Amino acid sequence: MSVALSAQDITRALTRISHEILEKNQGSANIVLLGIPTRGAHLATRISSIIASIEGSEVPTGTLDITLFRDDLRMRPPRAIMPTKIPTSGIEGKDVILVDDVLFSGRTIRAALDALGEIGRPRAVQLAALVDRGHRELPIKADFIGKNLPTSKSQSVRVLLSEIDGRDEVTIEEGAEL
Amino acid sequence: MRHLLSIADLNKSEAISILDTATELARVSDGAVKKLPTLRGRTIVNLFAEDSTRTRISFEAAAKRLSADVINFSAKGSSVSKGESLKDTAMTLQAMGADAVVIRHSASGAAQRLADSQWMSGSVINAGDGTHEHPSQALLDAFTIRKHLGMGASDLAGLNVAIVGDILHSRVARSNVLLLALLGAKVTLVAPPTLLPVGIQNWPATVSYDFDSVIPHVDVVMMLRVQQERMSDLFFPNAREYSRYFGLNGERMASMKSGAIVMHPGPMNRGLEISAEVADSARSVITEQVTNGVSVRMAILYVLLAGGALEVGRD
Repeated sequence: MSVALSAQDITRALTRISHEILEKNQGSANIVLLGIPTRGAHLATRISSIIASIEGSEVPTGTLDITLFRDDLRMRPPRAIMPTKIPTSGIEGKDVILVDDVLFSGRTIRAALDALGEIGRPRAVQLAALVDRGHRELPIKADFIGKNLPTSKSQSVRVLLSEIDGRDEVTIEEGAEL
Repeated sequence: MRHLLSIADLNKSEAISILDTATELARVSDGAVKKLPTLRGRTIVNLFAEDSTRTRISFEAAAKRLSADVINFSAKGSSVSKGESLKDTAMTLQAMGADAVVIRHSASGAAQRLADSQWMSGSVINAGDGTHEHPSQALLDAFTIRKHLGMGASDLAGLNVAIVGDILHSRVARSNVLLLALLGAKVTLVAPPTLLPVGIQNWPATVSYDFDSVIPHVDVVMMLRVQQERMSDLFFPNAREYSRYFGLNGERMASMKSGAIVMHPGPMNRGLEISAEVADSARSVITEQVTNGVSVRMAILYVLLAGGALEVGRD
Protein backbone atom coordinates (compact mmCIF):
# COMPACT_ATOMS: atom_id res chain seq x y z
CA MET A 1 0.00 0.00 0.00
CA SER A 2 1.31 3.46 -0.85
CA VAL A 3 -0.09 6.87 0.02
CA ALA A 4 -0.87 8.83 -3.13
CA LEU A 5 -2.38 11.91 -1.51
CA SER A 6 -2.00 13.11 2.07
CA ALA A 7 -4.60 15.17 3.93
CA GLN A 8 -2.78 18.37 2.92
CA ASP A 9 -2.56 17.26 -0.72
CA ILE A 10 -6.33 16.68 -0.76
CA THR A 11 -7.03 20.14 0.69
CA ARG A 12 -4.72 21.79 -1.86
CA ALA A 13 -6.23 19.83 -4.74
CA LEU A 14 -9.77 20.81 -3.71
CA THR A 15 -8.74 24.45 -3.36
CA ARG A 16 -7.22 24.40 -6.84
CA ILE A 17 -10.28 22.66 -8.30
CA SER A 18 -12.50 25.33 -6.71
CA HIS A 19 -10.46 28.12 -8.32
CA GLU A 20 -10.49 26.33 -11.67
CA ILE A 21 -14.28 25.95 -11.51
CA LEU A 22 -14.64 29.69 -10.87
CA GLU A 23 -12.18 30.56 -13.62
CA LYS A 24 -13.82 28.34 -16.23
CA ASN A 25 -17.36 29.47 -15.35
CA GLN A 26 -16.45 33.14 -14.79
CA GLY A 27 -17.71 33.13 -11.21
CA SER A 28 -20.26 31.10 -9.32
CA ALA A 29 -23.47 32.78 -10.47
CA ASN A 30 -24.89 29.98 -12.63
CA ILE A 31 -23.28 26.85 -11.18
CA VAL A 32 -24.80 23.95 -9.26
CA LEU A 33 -22.59 21.36 -7.56
CA LEU A 34 -23.88 17.77 -7.47
CA GLY A 35 -21.86 15.17 -5.58
CA ILE A 36 -22.22 11.48 -6.35
CA PRO A 37 -22.74 9.55 -3.08
CA THR A 38 -21.09 8.64 -0.91
CA ARG A 39 -17.69 10.32 -1.04
CA GLY A 40 -18.38 12.55 -4.02
CA ALA A 41 -21.19 14.15 -2.00
CA HIS A 42 -18.77 15.09 0.79
CA LEU A 43 -16.26 16.43 -1.73
CA ALA A 44 -18.98 18.59 -3.31
CA THR A 45 -19.81 20.04 0.12
CA ARG A 46 -16.14 20.88 0.69
CA ILE A 47 -15.72 22.49 -2.74
CA SER A 48 -18.92 24.44 -2.11
CA SER A 49 -17.61 25.90 1.13
CA ILE A 50 -14.23 26.76 -0.45
CA ILE A 51 -16.03 28.57 -3.30
CA ALA A 52 -18.24 30.36 -0.76
CA SER A 53 -15.15 31.59 1.10
CA ILE A 54 -13.61 32.87 -2.14
CA GLU A 55 -16.72 34.42 -3.69
CA GLY A 56 -18.58 35.33 -0.55
CA SER A 57 -21.83 33.79 -1.78
CA GLU A 58 -23.32 30.31 -1.38
CA VAL A 59 -23.35 27.86 -4.28
CA PRO A 60 -26.39 25.55 -4.63
CA THR A 61 -25.09 22.08 -3.72
CA GLY A 62 -26.83 18.71 -3.77
CA THR A 63 -26.36 15.01 -4.28
CA LEU A 64 -27.20 12.79 -7.24
CA ASP A 65 -27.57 9.03 -6.67
CA ILE A 66 -26.97 7.07 -9.83
CA THR A 67 -27.59 3.51 -8.58
CA LEU A 68 -30.86 3.10 -10.49
CA PHE A 69 -29.12 4.08 -13.74
CA ARG A 70 -26.11 1.76 -13.52
CA ASP A 71 -25.57 -0.69 -16.36
CA ASP A 72 -23.78 -3.21 -14.14
CA LEU A 73 -26.58 -3.85 -11.62
CA ARG A 74 -26.93 -7.45 -12.71
CA MET A 75 -23.26 -8.16 -12.05
CA ARG A 76 -23.41 -7.18 -8.38
CA PRO A 77 -25.57 -7.82 -5.35
CA PRO A 78 -28.23 -5.16 -4.83
CA ARG A 79 -26.88 -1.82 -3.69
CA ALA A 80 -28.60 0.49 -1.26
CA ILE A 81 -30.11 3.56 -2.90
CA MET A 82 -28.65 6.77 -1.50
CA PRO A 83 -30.53 10.07 -1.28
CA THR A 84 -30.78 12.39 -4.27
CA LYS A 85 -31.12 16.01 -3.16
CA ILE A 86 -31.44 18.59 -5.91
CA PRO A 87 -31.12 22.22 -4.74
CA THR A 88 -34.43 24.09 -4.86
CA SER A 89 -33.11 26.31 -7.65
CA GLY A 90 -33.13 23.19 -9.85
CA ILE A 91 -30.72 22.39 -12.68
CA GLU A 92 -32.67 23.78 -15.64
CA GLY A 93 -30.35 26.04 -17.65
CA LYS A 94 -27.60 25.80 -15.01
CA ASP A 95 -23.98 24.79 -15.33
CA VAL A 96 -23.97 21.54 -13.37
CA ILE A 97 -20.67 20.33 -11.97
CA LEU A 98 -20.65 16.65 -11.06
CA VAL A 99 -18.24 15.74 -8.28
CA ASP A 100 -16.91 12.21 -7.72
CA ASP A 101 -13.98 10.78 -5.82
CA VAL A 102 -12.38 8.46 -8.38
CA LEU A 103 -12.75 8.57 -12.16
CA PHE A 104 -12.11 5.07 -13.51
CA SER A 105 -14.17 3.31 -16.21
CA GLY A 106 -16.46 6.31 -16.74
CA ARG A 107 -19.56 4.18 -16.26
CA THR A 108 -20.64 6.01 -13.11
CA ILE A 109 -20.54 9.29 -15.01
CA ARG A 110 -22.51 7.85 -17.92
CA ALA A 111 -25.16 6.78 -15.40
CA ALA A 112 -25.02 10.25 -13.82
CA LEU A 113 -25.70 11.88 -17.20
CA ASP A 114 -28.75 9.63 -17.63
CA ALA A 115 -29.91 10.48 -14.10
CA LEU A 116 -29.53 14.21 -14.80
CA GLY A 117 -31.60 13.85 -17.96
CA GLU A 118 -34.55 12.66 -15.87
CA ILE A 119 -34.39 15.77 -13.69
CA GLY A 120 -33.95 18.52 -16.25
CA ARG A 121 -31.81 20.04 -18.96
CA PRO A 122 -28.71 21.80 -17.65
CA ARG A 123 -27.01 24.35 -19.92
CA ALA A 124 -23.75 22.44 -19.53
CA VAL A 125 -22.39 19.56 -17.45
CA GLN A 126 -18.82 19.50 -16.18
CA LEU A 127 -17.00 16.89 -14.16
CA ALA A 128 -14.65 17.26 -11.19
CA ALA A 129 -12.83 14.22 -9.77
CA LEU A 130 -10.34 14.05 -6.93
CA VAL A 131 -8.43 11.22 -8.61
CA ASP A 132 -8.25 10.15 -12.25
CA ARG A 133 -6.82 6.64 -12.38
CA GLY A 134 -7.24 6.05 -16.11
CA HIS A 135 -8.59 2.85 -17.75
CA ARG A 136 -11.61 4.54 -19.31
CA GLU A 137 -14.17 2.27 -20.98
CA LEU A 138 -16.26 5.14 -22.35
CA PRO A 139 -15.41 8.44 -24.10
CA ILE A 140 -15.60 10.54 -20.92
CA LYS A 141 -13.06 13.00 -19.51
CA ALA A 142 -12.95 15.20 -16.44
CA ASP A 143 -12.81 19.01 -16.58
CA PHE A 144 -11.20 19.35 -13.15
CA ILE A 145 -8.84 16.74 -11.71
CA GLY A 146 -7.19 16.67 -8.29
CA LYS A 147 -4.48 14.25 -9.31
CA ASN A 148 -3.77 11.93 -12.20
CA LEU A 149 -2.77 8.58 -10.71
CA PRO A 150 -1.30 6.12 -13.20
CA THR A 151 -2.43 2.71 -11.93
CA SER A 152 -2.59 -0.81 -13.27
CA LYS A 153 -5.90 -2.60 -13.41
CA SER A 154 -4.63 -5.04 -10.79
CA GLN A 155 -4.46 -2.21 -8.23
CA SER A 156 -7.24 -0.47 -6.36
CA VAL A 157 -7.51 3.15 -5.27
CA ARG A 158 -9.04 3.96 -1.88
CA VAL A 159 -10.21 7.44 -1.00
CA LEU A 160 -10.62 8.08 2.73
CA LEU A 161 -12.42 11.22 3.90
CA SER A 162 -12.63 12.48 7.47
CA GLU A 163 -16.46 12.75 7.29
CA ILE A 164 -16.74 8.96 6.90
CA ASP A 165 -13.37 7.39 7.57
CA GLY A 166 -12.00 9.71 10.25
CA ARG A 167 -9.04 10.94 8.17
CA ASP A 168 -8.19 12.27 4.72
CA GLU A 169 -6.01 10.06 2.55
CA VAL A 170 -5.82 8.46 -0.89
CA THR A 171 -3.98 5.16 -1.13
CA ILE A 172 -3.09 2.69 -3.86
CA GLU A 173 -3.33 -0.96 -2.92
CA GLU A 174 -2.40 -4.15 -4.70
CA GLY A 175 -5.28 -6.39 -5.60
CA ALA A 176 -8.06 -5.42 -7.99
CA GLU A 177 -11.41 -4.22 -6.73
CA LEU A 178 -14.06 -6.87 -6.94
CA MET B 1 -33.08 -12.08 -0.62
CA ARG B 2 -34.53 -14.01 -3.53
CA HIS B 3 -38.24 -14.35 -2.73
CA LEU B 4 -40.72 -12.34 -0.69
CA LEU B 5 -43.10 -14.93 0.71
CA SER B 6 -43.77 -13.90 4.28
CA ILE B 7 -42.90 -11.11 6.70
CA ALA B 8 -41.67 -13.89 9.01
CA ASP B 9 -38.70 -14.36 6.63
CA LEU B 10 -37.54 -10.75 7.08
CA ASN B 11 -35.30 -9.41 9.80
CA LYS B 12 -35.55 -5.84 11.05
CA SER B 13 -32.71 -4.43 8.94
CA GLU B 14 -34.07 -6.00 5.75
CA ALA B 15 -37.50 -4.54 6.43
CA ILE B 16 -36.06 -1.08 7.12
CA SER B 17 -33.91 -1.23 4.01
CA ILE B 18 -37.02 -1.91 1.88
CA LEU B 19 -38.76 1.08 3.49
CA ASP B 20 -35.70 3.32 2.96
CA THR B 21 -35.43 2.23 -0.67
CA ALA B 22 -39.12 3.02 -1.12
CA THR B 23 -38.57 6.50 0.33
CA GLU B 24 -35.99 7.22 -2.35
CA LEU B 25 -38.10 5.65 -5.09
CA ALA B 26 -41.10 7.76 -4.03
CA ARG B 27 -39.23 10.77 -5.37
CA VAL B 28 -39.37 9.20 -8.82
CA SER B 29 -43.14 9.02 -8.59
CA ASP B 30 -43.13 12.73 -7.71
CA GLY B 31 -40.88 13.65 -10.64
CA ALA B 32 -41.88 14.76 -14.11
CA VAL B 33 -40.55 11.61 -15.76
CA LYS B 34 -41.90 8.60 -13.86
CA LYS B 35 -39.55 6.06 -15.36
CA LEU B 36 -36.23 4.47 -14.46
CA PRO B 37 -34.16 2.12 -16.63
CA THR B 38 -33.24 -0.12 -13.68
CA LEU B 39 -35.04 -3.36 -14.63
CA ARG B 40 -34.85 -3.00 -18.39
CA GLY B 41 -35.04 -6.39 -20.09
CA ARG B 42 -36.55 -8.20 -17.09
CA THR B 43 -39.89 -9.93 -17.36
CA ILE B 44 -42.34 -9.91 -14.46
CA VAL B 45 -45.50 -12.01 -14.54
CA ASN B 46 -48.53 -11.05 -12.51
CA LEU B 47 -50.17 -14.41 -11.80
CA PHE B 48 -53.50 -13.57 -10.21
CA ALA B 49 -55.61 -16.62 -9.48
CA GLU B 50 -57.90 -14.51 -7.30
CA ASP B 51 -59.57 -11.16 -7.93
CA SER B 52 -57.65 -7.99 -7.20
CA THR B 53 -57.68 -4.38 -8.34
CA ARG B 54 -55.20 -2.48 -6.21
CA THR B 55 -52.44 -5.03 -5.78
CA ARG B 56 -52.28 -6.08 -9.42
CA ILE B 57 -52.36 -2.55 -10.79
CA SER B 58 -49.89 -1.43 -8.16
CA PHE B 59 -47.37 -4.18 -9.02
CA GLU B 60 -47.89 -3.46 -12.71
CA ALA B 61 -47.25 0.28 -12.26
CA ALA B 62 -44.21 -0.45 -10.08
CA ALA B 63 -42.69 -2.82 -12.64
CA LYS B 64 -43.35 -0.43 -15.51
CA ARG B 65 -41.78 2.52 -13.70
CA LEU B 66 -38.64 0.41 -13.40
CA SER B 67 -38.85 -0.43 -17.14
CA ALA B 68 -39.54 -4.15 -16.68
CA ASP B 69 -41.80 -5.97 -19.11
CA VAL B 70 -45.06 -7.02 -17.48
CA ILE B 71 -47.26 -9.94 -18.40
CA ASN B 72 -50.65 -10.03 -16.72
CA PHE B 73 -52.20 -13.37 -16.17
CA SER B 74 -55.50 -13.90 -14.42
CA ALA B 75 -57.26 -17.15 -13.75
CA LYS B 76 -60.38 -16.05 -15.53
CA GLY B 77 -59.83 -16.22 -19.26
CA SER B 78 -56.75 -18.44 -18.98
CA SER B 79 -56.16 -22.19 -19.01
CA VAL B 80 -56.46 -22.19 -15.20
CA SER B 81 -60.23 -22.04 -15.69
CA LYS B 82 -59.85 -25.15 -17.88
CA GLY B 83 -58.29 -26.93 -14.90
CA GLU B 84 -54.56 -26.40 -15.49
CA SER B 85 -52.54 -27.00 -12.33
CA LEU B 86 -50.27 -24.48 -10.65
CA LYS B 87 -47.32 -26.66 -11.64
CA ASP B 88 -48.14 -26.62 -15.35
CA THR B 89 -48.82 -22.88 -15.22
CA ALA B 90 -45.47 -22.28 -13.50
CA MET B 91 -43.60 -24.41 -16.02
CA THR B 92 -45.19 -22.44 -18.84
CA LEU B 93 -44.04 -19.19 -17.26
CA GLN B 94 -40.54 -20.62 -16.80
CA ALA B 95 -40.43 -21.58 -20.47
CA MET B 96 -41.30 -18.00 -21.34
CA GLY B 97 -38.38 -16.73 -19.27
CA ALA B 98 -40.10 -14.96 -16.37
CA ASP B 99 -37.59 -13.33 -13.99
CA ALA B 100 -40.20 -12.91 -11.28
CA VAL B 101 -43.72 -14.07 -10.59
CA VAL B 102 -46.10 -12.02 -8.47
CA ILE B 103 -48.66 -14.54 -7.25
CA ARG B 104 -52.08 -14.06 -5.69
CA HIS B 105 -53.84 -17.30 -4.88
CA SER B 106 -56.79 -18.40 -2.77
CA ALA B 107 -54.78 -21.25 -1.21
CA SER B 108 -52.58 -20.40 1.79
CA GLY B 109 -49.01 -21.40 1.00
CA ALA B 110 -49.34 -21.20 -2.79
CA ALA B 111 -46.42 -18.76 -3.06
CA GLN B 112 -44.26 -20.93 -0.80
CA ARG B 113 -45.10 -23.97 -2.93
CA LEU B 114 -44.05 -22.12 -6.07
CA ALA B 115 -40.80 -20.94 -4.49
CA ASP B 116 -39.85 -24.32 -3.01
CA SER B 117 -40.60 -26.27 -6.17
CA GLN B 118 -38.14 -26.69 -9.00
CA TRP B 119 -40.84 -25.62 -11.44
CA MET B 120 -39.31 -22.25 -12.13
CA SER B 121 -36.09 -20.41 -11.38
CA GLY B 122 -37.29 -16.81 -10.97
CA SER B 123 -38.15 -14.86 -7.84
CA VAL B 124 -41.55 -15.37 -6.25
CA ILE B 125 -43.42 -12.48 -4.66
CA ASN B 126 -46.42 -13.29 -2.52
CA ALA B 127 -49.24 -10.88 -3.34
CA GLY B 128 -51.66 -12.61 -0.97
CA ASP B 129 -52.13 -16.31 -0.36
CA GLY B 130 -55.46 -17.39 1.11
CA THR B 131 -55.73 -16.32 4.74
CA HIS B 132 -51.97 -16.55 5.29
CA GLU B 133 -49.96 -13.44 4.37
CA HIS B 134 -49.84 -10.33 2.22
CA PRO B 135 -46.34 -8.99 2.85
CA SER B 136 -46.29 -6.13 0.33
CA GLN B 137 -49.46 -4.68 1.92
CA ALA B 138 -47.85 -4.79 5.38
CA LEU B 139 -44.74 -3.05 4.05
CA LEU B 140 -46.77 -0.28 2.43
CA ASP B 141 -48.80 0.14 5.63
CA ALA B 142 -45.60 0.41 7.69
CA PHE B 143 -44.22 2.87 5.13
CA THR B 144 -47.36 5.02 5.41
CA ILE B 145 -47.28 4.94 9.23
CA ARG B 146 -43.58 5.82 9.30
CA LYS B 147 -44.13 8.71 6.91
CA HIS B 148 -46.92 10.20 9.03
CA LEU B 149 -45.88 9.38 12.58
CA GLY B 150 -42.28 8.17 12.45
CA MET B 151 -40.82 11.62 13.18
CA GLY B 152 -37.67 10.77 11.27
CA ALA B 153 -37.00 7.45 13.00
CA SER B 154 -36.20 4.41 10.88
CA ASP B 155 -38.52 2.08 12.83
CA LEU B 156 -41.93 2.43 14.54
CA ALA B 157 -40.84 2.12 18.18
CA GLY B 158 -43.32 3.51 20.69
CA LEU B 159 -46.31 3.71 18.35
CA ASN B 160 -49.62 2.05 19.22
CA VAL B 161 -51.60 0.44 16.42
CA ALA B 162 -55.08 -1.08 16.60
CA ILE B 163 -56.07 -3.58 13.92
CA VAL B 164 -59.85 -3.91 13.95
CA GLY B 165 -62.25 -6.39 12.39
CA ASP B 166 -62.07 -9.68 10.59
CA ILE B 167 -58.68 -10.91 11.85
CA LEU B 168 -59.59 -14.54 11.22
CA HIS B 169 -59.73 -14.25 7.43
CA SER B 170 -57.22 -11.44 7.06
CA ARG B 171 -53.82 -12.06 5.53
CA VAL B 172 -53.26 -8.32 5.84
CA ALA B 173 -53.62 -8.51 9.63
CA ARG B 174 -51.26 -11.48 9.89
CA SER B 175 -48.51 -9.76 7.89
CA ASN B 176 -49.06 -6.44 9.63
CA VAL B 177 -48.87 -7.89 13.15
CA LEU B 178 -45.54 -9.53 12.32
CA LEU B 179 -44.06 -6.46 10.63
CA LEU B 180 -45.31 -3.86 13.10
CA ALA B 181 -44.01 -5.93 16.01
CA LEU B 182 -40.68 -6.37 14.19
CA LEU B 183 -40.44 -2.59 13.81
CA GLY B 184 -41.17 -2.00 17.50
CA ALA B 185 -44.83 -0.89 17.44
CA LYS B 186 -47.39 -2.17 19.98
CA VAL B 187 -50.30 -3.86 18.26
CA THR B 188 -53.78 -4.37 19.69
CA LEU B 189 -56.21 -6.60 17.82
CA VAL B 190 -59.88 -5.69 18.19
CA ALA B 191 -62.52 -8.15 17.00
CA PRO B 192 -65.42 -10.28 18.16
CA PRO B 193 -64.13 -13.64 19.51
CA THR B 194 -65.62 -15.44 16.50
CA LEU B 195 -63.39 -13.50 14.12
CA LEU B 196 -60.12 -14.27 15.91
CA PRO B 197 -58.03 -17.24 14.75
CA VAL B 198 -57.04 -20.17 16.96
CA GLY B 199 -53.63 -19.57 18.54
CA ILE B 200 -54.01 -15.78 18.67
CA GLN B 201 -52.33 -15.79 22.09
CA ASN B 202 -49.05 -16.65 20.36
CA TRP B 203 -49.12 -13.57 18.12
CA PRO B 204 -46.97 -10.61 19.18
CA ALA B 205 -50.09 -8.55 19.95
CA THR B 206 -52.71 -7.98 22.65
CA VAL B 207 -56.39 -8.71 22.09
CA SER B 208 -59.41 -6.64 23.04
CA TYR B 209 -63.14 -7.09 22.44
CA ASP B 210 -63.93 -3.49 23.33
CA PHE B 211 -63.18 -1.01 20.55
CA ASP B 212 -64.25 2.05 22.57
CA SER B 213 -61.70 1.40 25.32
CA VAL B 214 -58.85 0.98 22.81
CA ILE B 215 -59.47 3.84 20.41
CA PRO B 216 -58.39 6.84 22.59
CA HIS B 217 -54.94 5.30 23.16
CA VAL B 218 -53.75 4.45 19.67
CA ASP B 219 -51.86 6.38 16.99
CA VAL B 220 -53.17 4.29 14.13
CA VAL B 221 -56.55 2.59 13.59
CA MET B 222 -56.34 0.03 10.83
CA MET B 223 -59.78 -1.19 9.77
CA LEU B 224 -60.13 -4.54 8.01
CA ARG B 225 -62.70 -5.54 5.46
CA VAL B 226 -65.34 -8.04 6.55
CA GLN B 227 -64.56 -10.80 4.07
CA GLN B 228 -68.01 -12.09 3.33
CA GLU B 229 -66.74 -14.21 0.41
CA ARG B 230 -64.65 -16.32 2.80
CA MET B 231 -67.40 -16.67 5.40
CA SER B 232 -69.20 -19.97 5.21
CA ASP B 233 -70.50 -19.78 8.79
CA LEU B 234 -72.29 -17.09 10.72
CA PHE B 235 -69.68 -15.07 12.60
CA PHE B 236 -71.88 -12.27 13.94
CA PRO B 237 -75.64 -11.91 14.30
CA ASN B 238 -76.12 -9.18 11.69
CA ALA B 239 -74.33 -6.37 9.92
CA ARG B 240 -75.92 -3.65 12.05
CA GLU B 241 -74.70 -5.21 15.27
CA TYR B 242 -71.18 -5.68 13.87
CA SER B 243 -71.14 -2.10 12.69
CA ARG B 244 -72.28 -0.83 16.09
CA TYR B 245 -69.58 -2.67 18.06
CA PHE B 246 -66.66 -2.85 15.64
CA GLY B 247 -67.32 -0.27 12.92
CA LEU B 248 -65.51 3.06 12.78
CA ASN B 249 -67.96 5.96 12.54
CA GLY B 250 -67.63 9.70 13.07
CA GLU B 251 -68.53 9.46 16.74
CA ARG B 252 -65.77 6.93 17.48
CA MET B 253 -63.31 8.87 15.34
CA ALA B 254 -63.91 11.94 17.52
CA SER B 255 -62.37 10.11 20.51
CA MET B 256 -59.10 9.45 18.65
CA LYS B 257 -55.87 11.20 19.66
CA SER B 258 -55.00 14.32 17.73
CA GLY B 259 -52.72 13.37 14.84
CA ALA B 260 -53.87 9.74 14.85
CA ILE B 261 -54.62 8.26 11.42
CA VAL B 262 -57.18 5.85 9.95
CA MET B 263 -56.09 3.17 7.49
CA HIS B 264 -57.87 0.51 5.45
CA PRO B 265 -56.25 -1.90 2.99
CA GLY B 266 -59.29 -1.75 0.70
CA PRO B 267 -61.63 -2.60 -0.79
CA MET B 268 -63.91 -0.96 1.78
CA ASN B 269 -67.42 -1.98 2.76
CA ARG B 270 -68.65 1.55 3.40
CA GLY B 271 -71.30 1.52 6.10
CA LEU B 272 -70.19 -1.83 7.52
CA GLU B 273 -66.70 -1.62 9.03
CA ILE B 274 -66.11 2.03 8.14
CA SER B 275 -68.53 4.90 7.59
CA ALA B 276 -68.25 7.12 4.53
CA GLU B 277 -67.72 10.09 6.83
CA VAL B 278 -64.56 8.48 8.27
CA ALA B 279 -63.27 7.14 4.96
CA ASP B 280 -63.40 10.59 3.42
CA SER B 281 -62.17 12.50 6.49
CA ALA B 282 -58.86 14.29 6.94
CA ARG B 283 -57.62 11.49 9.25
CA SER B 284 -58.02 8.91 6.51
CA VAL B 285 -54.82 8.02 4.62
CA ILE B 286 -56.54 5.33 2.57
CA THR B 287 -55.82 6.77 -0.88
CA GLU B 288 -52.29 7.64 0.18
CA GLN B 289 -51.78 3.96 1.04
CA VAL B 290 -52.47 3.19 -2.61
CA THR B 291 -49.94 5.79 -3.79
CA ASN B 292 -47.32 4.51 -1.37
CA GLY B 293 -48.03 0.97 -2.53
CA VAL B 294 -46.41 1.69 -5.88
CA SER B 295 -43.21 3.02 -4.28
CA VAL B 296 -43.00 0.12 -1.85
CA ARG B 297 -43.54 -2.45 -4.62
CA MET B 298 -40.87 -0.75 -6.71
CA ALA B 299 -38.55 -1.17 -3.73
CA ILE B 300 -39.47 -4.86 -3.41
CA LEU B 301 -38.80 -5.46 -7.12
CA TYR B 302 -35.54 -3.51 -6.88
CA VAL B 303 -34.29 -5.46 -3.87
CA LEU B 304 -35.23 -8.85 -5.37
CA LEU B 305 -34.30 -8.29 -9.00
CA ALA B 306 -31.80 -5.47 -9.49
CA GLY B 307 -28.76 -7.24 -8.11
CA GLY B 308 -26.99 -10.12 -9.76
CA ALA B 309 -26.64 -13.55 -8.22
CA LEU B 310 -24.34 -14.27 -5.29
CA GLU B 311 -21.29 -12.24 -6.13
CA VAL B 312 -19.19 -10.21 -3.74
CA GLY B 313 -19.68 -6.48 -4.22
CA ARG B 314 -17.27 -3.62 -4.40
CA ASP B 315 -18.70 -1.45 -1.69
